[in-house]
Amino acid sequence: MSIVAGYLMFGVDLGLDYTLRNVILGSAVLGLVGGVLGCFAVLRRQSLVGDALAHAALPGVCLAFMLTGAKGTFGLMVGAAISGWIGTLALLAIVRGSRIKEDAALGVVLSVFFGVGILLLTRIQRTGDAAQSGLDRFLFGQAATLVERDVQLMAVLSAVVLAIVWLLFKEFKLLSFDPDFAAAVGFAPTPLTVLLTTLIVVAVVIGLQTVGVVLMVALLIAPASAARQWTNRLGRMLALAGLFGALSGVVGAVLSARISRLPTGPTIVLAATAIVAVSVLFAPERGVLWAGIRQWRHRRRLQVAALLRDLADRAGATGRVDAPALAAGGDLRALRRRGWVGAGPDSAWVLTPTGETEVRRARRQEAVWKRYLGRQMNLPPEAIHHGVMEMERVLPDDTLRLLEAELAREEAAEAIPRRPGTVVVDPGTEAAR
Amino acid sequence: MSSELVVIITGVLVGASCALVGCFLVLRRMALLGDAISHSVLLGIVGVFFFTGGRSALLMVLGAGAVGLLTVSLVELINRTGRVREDAAIGLVFPALFSLGVIFVSRFPSRVHLDVEHVLYGEIAYAPFYRFELFGLDLGYRSFWMLGIMAALDLLFVGLFYKELKLATFDPGLAAAIGFSPVVIHYGLMAAVSATTVVAFDSVGAILVVAMLIVPPSTAYLLTDRLTTMFALAVGTGAASAVGGYWLARSIDGSIAGAMATVAGLLFVAAFLLSPLHGLVARLLRLRHLRRVFARGLLLSHLEGHHGSADLATLRCRFLWNARTAAAVTRGAVRDGLVRETTSGAYTLTEQGRGAARDVAAG
Repeated sequence: MSIVAGYLMFGVDLGLDYTLRNVILGSAVLGLVGGVLGCFAVLRRQSLVGDALAHAALPGVCLAFMLTGAKGTFGLMVGAAISGWIGTLALLAIVRGSRIKEDAALGVVLSVFFGVGILLLTRIQRTGDAAQSGLDRFLFGQAATLVERDVQLMAVLSAVVLAIVWLLFKEFKLLSFDPDFAAAVGFAPTPLTVLLTTLIVVAVVIGLQTVGVVLMVALLIAPASAARQWTNRLGRMLALAGLFGALSGVVGAVLSARISRLPTGPTIVLAATAIVAVSVLFAPERGVLWAGIRQWRHRRRLQVAALLRDLADRAGATGRVDAPALAAGGDLRALRRRGWVGAGPDSAWVLTPTGETEVRRARRQEAVWKRYLGRQMNLPPEAIHHGVMEMERVLPDDTLRLLEAELAREEAAEAIPRRPGTVVVDPGTEAAR
Repeated sequence: MSSELVVIITGVLVGASCALVGCFLVLRRMALLGDAISHSVLLGIVGVFFFTGGRSALLMVLGAGAVGLLTVSLVELINRTGRVREDAAIGLVFPALFSLGVIFVSRFPSRVHLDVEHVLYGEIAYAPFYRFELFGLDLGYRSFWMLGIMAALDLLFVGLFYKELKLATFDPGLAAAIGFSPVVIHYGLMAAVSATTVVAFDSVGAILVVAMLIVPPSTAYLLTDRLTTMFALAVGTGAASAVGGYWLARSIDGSIAGAMATVAGLLFVAAFLLSPLHGLVARLLRLRHLRRVFARGLLLSHLEGHHGSADLATLRCRFLWNARTAAAVTRGAVRDGLVRETTSGAYTLTEQGRGAARDVAAG
């Protein structure tokens, strides 16, 4: 119980009261477990199975209450787990045993189980049992009702779940990315899937009291989706998702405690959603923002290159163009900044020597590209795109060298500079290959 | 009119209008978008409450329709970034919008007269208490007007665009090729789903709308291969769920909406097991029938090929049949006069059996 002990000290330091400490710790634990297990659900494209499963837990909670007549958290959790499991089996039976597709099957399981749950819940409420008050906390969650025993139970369950994930990391990884291969190399996929689903059920059950059946799915999907943006490695993704989940839990719990009438569950969900938004926009490499900038830069480079070639075409042998003939002000400035053109006499523009080299390089590039499209891809001449393409990024080096060698043999007349850094290949040895 | 009847008719109207648009959701594999819309519609309702302070039916429908379309476009937007897959995108959008709705309800209880119970169970039991008044004239029950108009609009939508919807559902490529814009059809359908959802929401609550949208059409889908029949069956199942749900809720004293979903679920299970076309039992029977036909074919061609007779032990050994299968196959063949048992306990073909064996060989 060192986590709990550590946290209690931390809580005392901050002067947090008993209830808030429980809420924060409970939410953090829930976010951690939900984030880690959500990764597998998201990677296996089963994000919404968690939703169906959470809704399916409701009748179990109600039945457990009706049978035991008490709202001891453990009993209700067992009930929730059992009916969540039955929901998963029903889902599987519908998809395998009929023509109903997975989306509709999810909808059927989710809504019918939830309907049964609501029916039982209202029945319990109307029997006027005094102990029932607070059973509806399982709908949207009511973190304030968490007591220390609940938090301890959640922590223990989480520890068990995380330990299993740690022990079976390799197996779960294989199952998530290549189930056929997993089966082929001898991991039994069915027991593993069953185990993974069970772990997700446990995570859902852990979250029921805090965020409720309706919103639980967000704590599975959001941290995992956010973590996915920052890394391509599963281990790091799990760690990040756990971190994001726990962070959402703590932020949500603290905010809802500080601001009156701000329910905990929805606040946690919004915190997690905000993390996703930030990640999708700003994560290095995958961030939508960076991709947009990259695309913009690329387009700009192509524009400038096209202008340079136009300029060279117009300039012809004289090497100068009169200023009024040029309309593209911004692009022209860009050319100048790169030192490719300079101001000549009589308000004309002249290509600088570096500019001329660049033009020849671009022409060479275009010639190689055309050749590639015409020969290797067998495109008809009219379909060949004449723009300057950045083929160095597209074509493998071998192909590029071959094409360039061919060109060099045929075009001895005009020396076109190679792209910088290209290995010079003697045409003779190239032909001998 | 007795209040009981008002509630039942309200339920039937909910079931019918939801089932109508739900059919397309199920067929176009967009059931989960319906689920997402039904959750996020809460935000639209709350927003209208918050900004206008009233519960004007028209504004509610418009607000909810707007949020419904917002949900669909957000899912699409996230999906198109390529960073998050569609299932996860749906699971990101609707909990966030639903959370916003719940937070609004709890933050501003004085301006938003909704309580959690209403959001979840709806107020179908109160349908007899709300009446529709215009210029001081009492025109009858409000739920009848709202749901009736909605059902009529849905019917109109499906009726007018039947051909377009059908084609876009079953052959989107052809539909796009001959000029029906898939985008218009998609968003039109989503608008219809959103509007229907919000009207039904009032009666059965957020999550149980999903039950009415998806479960009856899924049930109908198990029962028929024809679209028009599917509409009729879905509407019928939806209405039956409403009536049965009312009865169930009355007899065990629980939420009517919950009971409606429960009955819809029971009807689905019945269709899943017993549908003559696609039911589990029918499938198993067909499988058993095929197995029998195949086994009889084996028996006949074996006897034909070995000029005459074989005893049970030979057959069992030859075809790896267990005692029960061997007995059943021979008994059936004897009964139908294809095979007869000789005094030594072996089986030979009859004249009729030889004909049948030649048929088997001819395929």
